[in-house]
This record gives sequence, structure tokens and C-alpha cells, in this order.
Amino acid sequence: MRRLENLDLGAEPMVIEIGPSHPAMHGITRMLTKLDGEVIVDLDVDIGYLHRGFEKEAENSNYIQIVPYTDRLNYVSPLINNVGYSMAVEKLFGLEVPRRAEFARVIMMEISRITDHLTCLGAMAMEVGAMSVFIWFVKAREYLWELVEEVTGARLTTNWTRIGGNANDLPDGFLSMLSDRLTKVEAVIDEGDAMLLRNKIFIDRMKGVGILSKERAVSYAFTGPMLRACGVPYDVRRADPYSVYPELDFEIPVGSVGDCFDRFLVRMEEMRQSMSIIRQASEKLPAGGYLTHDRRASLPDKLDVFSSIEGLIDHFKIVMEGPKPPPGETYTAVEGGNGELGFYIVSNGTGQPVKCRVRPPCFNFVAALREMCIGHYVADIVPIFGSVNMIGGELER
Amino acid sequence: MNIVEILLNPYVQAILKIVVFVLLFVMMVGTVMTLMERKWMSAVQDRIGPNRANLPLLGGIRAHGAFHILADGLKSIFKEDTVPDGADRFMFTIAPFFAFISAIVIWALIPFAGPIGDFKFQITDLNPGLLFIFAITSLGVYGAVLGGWSSNNKFALLGAARATSQMLSYEVFLGLSLMGVFMVHGTLQVGTIVEQQNQYWFGDLIPKWGMITQPVGFVIFFTAMLAEAKRLPFDAPEGESEIIAGYFLEYSGMRYAAFMLAEYIAIVGVAALTTTLFLGGYHVPWLHADGFHLLGGHWALPQWIVTVLQIGSFATKVIVLCWFIILVRWTVPRFRFDQIMDLGWKKLLPVTIANVVVTAVVLLLWDWIG
Repeated sequence: MRRLENLDLGAEPMVIEIGPSHPAMHGITRMLTKLDGEVIVDLDVDIGYLHRGFEKEAENSNYIQIVPYTDRLNYVSPLINNVGYSMAVEKLFGLEVPRRAEFARVIMMEISRITDHLTCLGAMAMEVGAMSVFIWFVKAREYLWELVEEVTGARLTTNWTRIGGNANDLPDGFLSMLSDRLTKVEAVIDEGDAMLLRNKIFIDRMKGVGILSKERAVSYAFTGPMLRACGVPYDVRRADPYSVYPELDFEIPVGSVGDCFDRFLVRMEEMRQSMSIIRQASEKLPAGGYLTHDRRASLPDKLDVFSSIEGLIDHFKIVMEGPKPPPGETYTAVEGGNGELGFYIVSNGTGQPVKCRVRPPCFNFVAALREMCIGHYVADIVPIFGSVNMIGGELER
Repeated sequence: MNIVEILLNPYVQAILKIVVFVLLFVMMVGTVMTLMERKWMSAVQDRIGPNRANLPLLGGIRAHGAFHILADGLKSIFKEDTVPDGADRFMFTIAPFFAFISAIVIWALIPFAGPIGDFKFQITDLNPGLLFIFAITSLGVYGAVLGGWSSNNKFALLGAARATSQMLSYEVFLGLSLMGVFMVHGTLQVGTIVEQQNQYWFGDLIPKWGMITQPVGFVIFFTAMLAEAKRLPFDAPEGESEIIAGYFLEYSGMRYAAFMLAEYIAIVGVAALTTTLFLGGYHVPWLHADGFHLLGGHWALPQWIVTVLQIGSFATKVIVLCWFIILVRWTVPRFRFDQIMDLGWKKLLPVTIANVVVTAVVLLLWDWIG
């Protein structure tokens, strides 16, 4: 038994460390919280547990070697990272990507967006207590990963885009497999919808929690579903169109209040919009090549390599020194699962970039976590942090 | 003293009843529930569930995962028994006892089948039966509270604080919802309450089960018992995603197994209490001690068949309710702690009090009319 003299019966706030290893801290984050009973008085977010030095590695690798590193940025939507990076390098070169490759990229990007949202929403549901919904969404994710594996050969480390196109064409029979899997995924999303969105307990947990006003969200440079939930209809696919998105017809779901329930709904609706985009793109898919023939950036045909000197030299140069874009810099943004995923690349004419900076969308969300959580209960950290969808790989590169 | 005289000794009978009912029924069903929780959870989640544990010496027989119970038990026994540094050792040790005792002792009053002459299928039939059940359920609070407070861990402390408020508040509604039952049956003796549920309205057609005489009381009692057992949607003290494991965070090995087993036995106890008070206990509709009576027709049955049917009906009702409790856990999200308190004091309390008043009025009118 502890002696009474050693007890300190002050009434100060309790400091609790919701430490890096915690069921709700996916992506590994440490939050030092000061609690007054169950109300959060102060919150200090500590990140960096997954920093792997992407940008430093990029400085020492050539432009093609960086593509596998980009898979591991936002690892639940790897293809969006691949495409974003390749688009940036293509802009440096001034390359044109074949139309078929563009449509294939759009299909794979939207599939990745759906996997990203399924992971986020499933994790949110699980942490609020509805664990079955998580398992259902993971099952739906498995269908989509079958598709991704069919095309790229891997579920997560896709490494699919190349500079000027893709590594390979969509395989035979892919489109029928696509429509079959999409139907199954839609059925699962409908099940999750029916289970949660009219459930009073779920709504009570999510509504009014973690509200951030439009002005504060813009001042924190929010993008993506978090910003759209606050009421600002900013989507990179519409604001700064790229690839073949101008030819596709889709809506941007926008919330009104900016609480966790709005973010949940925005992501749910975005999944359905993505499925509509995929269906349109698969209908409009033209015939053609999957990789540009420009030999500054892509390997020449093997027949040329073994039969002509120029082919051999070009192949050798690209493999040994990497593609060499003209000196310059570019910032290219794509709409990632979390928001505006930007790549800023500076080239000095050699095969390795001088600087390859990634703008992680969830960096700004995590910065705003303190403001979103203060004043709420400890139990509210879970839906708020879940709705932020902090992906460690992207946040800390 | 021959064997018959020994068996007729009431103390020996009580001990035998404890062995048969508690050891062979309650503990069995409790441990099987640990497995069935995982199996039924998997059914909700479109998967198979644990089915790998096997006995290699008997040719790798799997029995659909039934050996996981044995595996879990062995694992708990062999795990290291840690007591955290700075924890209050005495409280830390006795906390699981409170949880376990409060879960098991209520089984002393649950009748498993109808009485044969003087012999009752109930370990004891106390006069203030329901009061005794409340008292023992209240002791269960100590398990959570002592476990959390003595663990020297802030997360456990949060869990213990939540457990205290939640369990103490919902005991109020538990008692109030049973006021209605008390008024309808006029007695607190559990055996008599079950007996009275075998009466019928409209001449032998609709049994007077507690579910029909006290529908609101049934719902509130079930909710309050779920909150007492700290089951989803009321498992804020156990947190899981917020406070990791709440009050039993620092427990491991057999101490943890004691808490877990106590929780599952509490679930079966909740199911059994609900069955006894509201679903007619062991009664099969229209089955009396001498056979089926329905609409004037009579189908005579020997006494032992009636008893077997009654035990079967009790077991079925308990297992169906357990299934329902497990199903609710795996479909519904978790309340936030202040929402639990809100729900209890602002919504359930007025409803419960209204239930008592309405029951009283209806009973008075009933007496006044007929």
C-alpha cells in the first residue's frame, strides 16, 4: 500500500500519451494530450515515425528508379502517386502520352482512389466500434486489388507508370473483370451504407465532432475530401485539369458543416463517383500504344536495340544514366485520395533530379488536428483522427 | 447413514446442484461462448472464424475449431503473470475475483426446470431473490474499478472511471425496470415468478410471459443489463480503440482469462436472467407438469419428458439470447461515454418511471374491473 504522505492530491490536468503504438494511431503518430477528466485541454501531435528519406533517395536515383519509391508514399493508393510523379517528369520533358495510356491511367487511379477511401472509412467504422463494416470494406478492397494485381503484378508496390506511358497495357479480359468486380464492390458499399449512415449511434458519434470552419480550413491549406466537407468545392481534377478528366463527366460531392460525418459522407459519395468515372473511361478506351516512342525517356524496342547502333546507344544511355529532361523545374499536382498531391521536381539536365519534393496532402490535416480536437472528449480523437486519414508513408515520406 | 439419506440431506443436494448446474452448464456454456463469439462474429463478417486448432496425436482432428477453447485455456495458464511496477498488489489481485464472483453467484437463483414435487431445479430459492441478484450485480462494479485504479496506468484509470459511472447509473434503471415485474407478480421469489408465467390469457391461448406483460420493462432491463456487462454498444470502459483495453489493460495470463471468462459468464447470466424474468424461464408454451394443454385438448406426457423439454427450452432461450447479444456487439458502433450517461439519465429514466406508473395504473384498473 502506498503511503499517504507520498500522494500528491493536486488537481492538475492529466497528461496522457496516446503513444505511437496504439490501436487508433494508424500510420504511427504520437499525441501528447492534456486531459481534464475526459475533456481534451491541449494536444500536441508528434510525427516522423515513418520518415524514410524519400526526397534524399530521389536525389541519388535516376528518374525511372524513383517510380518504385513513389508506390510507397500513399501506400493505400499507390497508382495515384505513380501517375502524379510520371506526369511531373513528362511535363519537364514536354512529352505526350498516348491516349490509351491516359485512359488506362485514369482507370487505375480511380481504382486506387476507391481503395484509399475504403481503407479510411473502414478504419473509421472499426474504431467507432462497428468492426464488421471494416471487414466488409476490406473484402471489397480485395476485389479491387485483384484488378490491380492483374494489371501491374502487385497489390501495393505497383510500380506501373513509366515516363511517357505505362509499363504494360491493360491485359485481355480486363474490362469484363473490371465491371464484374465493380458490381461486387458497389454491393459491399451499399451494405456499409445501410449499416451505418442511418444508425443513430454512429451519427451521434460523428456529427458535430471535429468541426473546422471554411476559413480555418483554407488557412491551413486543406485540400481534398477534408476541404470539400467544409463546403469549398476545390478538386484538382476540375480546378487544374490533367490527363483526360476534362472528357469525363463526374460530380464533386461537397459537405456543409465540416464535421466527421460530412467527411465520411463525402468519401462515400466520391467512391460512387469514381466508379462512374471508371465505367465511362472503360467505354471510351481507345486503341493505341501504352508507352511513348520518344527515346529520350523510354526504352526503345528490343528489335531496334539489337539491330541498330542508335537503338543500342539510346538503351544504354537510359539504363546507365537515366532519362535526362532539359534543365528546369515543375510543380504538378494530382487529386490524391487525401487531396492535392503535388510533385515539385527540379532538373539540371542530368539523369537524377536535383530536388524531388512531394506535397503531402495530409500534412496540413495533421497540423490542424490540435485545433480540431481541443474541447472534445478523448473518445472523439478516434473519429477525428480517422477522418483525417493520415497515411504515414505520405505524411512523412 | 446410507446413500439415499446422504442424498436427501439438503446441504448435499445443494452442493450437487452447484456442481451440476454451475460446473456442467454455466462454465460449459460460458467457455463455449468464447468460441461462439468468434464464430458468430465471423458469420457476420463473411468469414469462417477460428478452425485451425487440432489435436495432432489424434490424427489432426479439428472439430470446427472447438479445440481453440482448450488452446486458449492452456495459453492463459502458461503466460507470464505480470504485476506492473507501482501497482497496488493486493487490489490488483482481488479485482478479478469480484468480477468473477458477481457473474457466477447470480446463477444460484436461476431455475432450470420445473419442480418435481419438493425437489427444485434451483440451487436455492431465496425469498428476496431479485434483491439478492441486484446486490450481487452491484458487487461487480468493484472488479472493474479496483482493476483499473490499482494498475498504475492512466488508460486503465480512464477505463475504471468510466466503468464506475456507467455501472452505477445503469443499476438504477435495472432496479426500476424490475419494479414493474415485482408489481405484476407480487413477489421477489424467482421460482414463483417463473411459475406465474405459465398462466394463460383467453383461456389457455397466450402465455403470460414477462415480455408481454411488461414489454417496456423488458427492453429497458435488457439494455441496462448490457450496460452492466459492459458489452457493446456500452463498452466505453473497455474502449478498445481509445483506451486500448481500459480497466484490464495491465492484466495478462490467468488474471486476464479470469476477467474474460467473467465477462462471458456475465453474458450468459444476462441471457438467463432475461429468460427467467421475461421469457417464461424454462416454460414451453402450453406445457404443464402433466403434459400439453391447448384449447381444451390434452396430451399427457410422463414427468421426465416434461423436465427434459423444460431444460431444453431454457437452454435454447439462453443460447438464442446469447446469440442476439453477440450479434448486437458486432453490428452496432460504440457510444461515447457522455452519450451513455445522456441516454441513461435523460432518456431511460423517464421511460422507466413512466413504465412503473402505467403498470400501477393498469393493475389497479384490472383489479377494479374484474
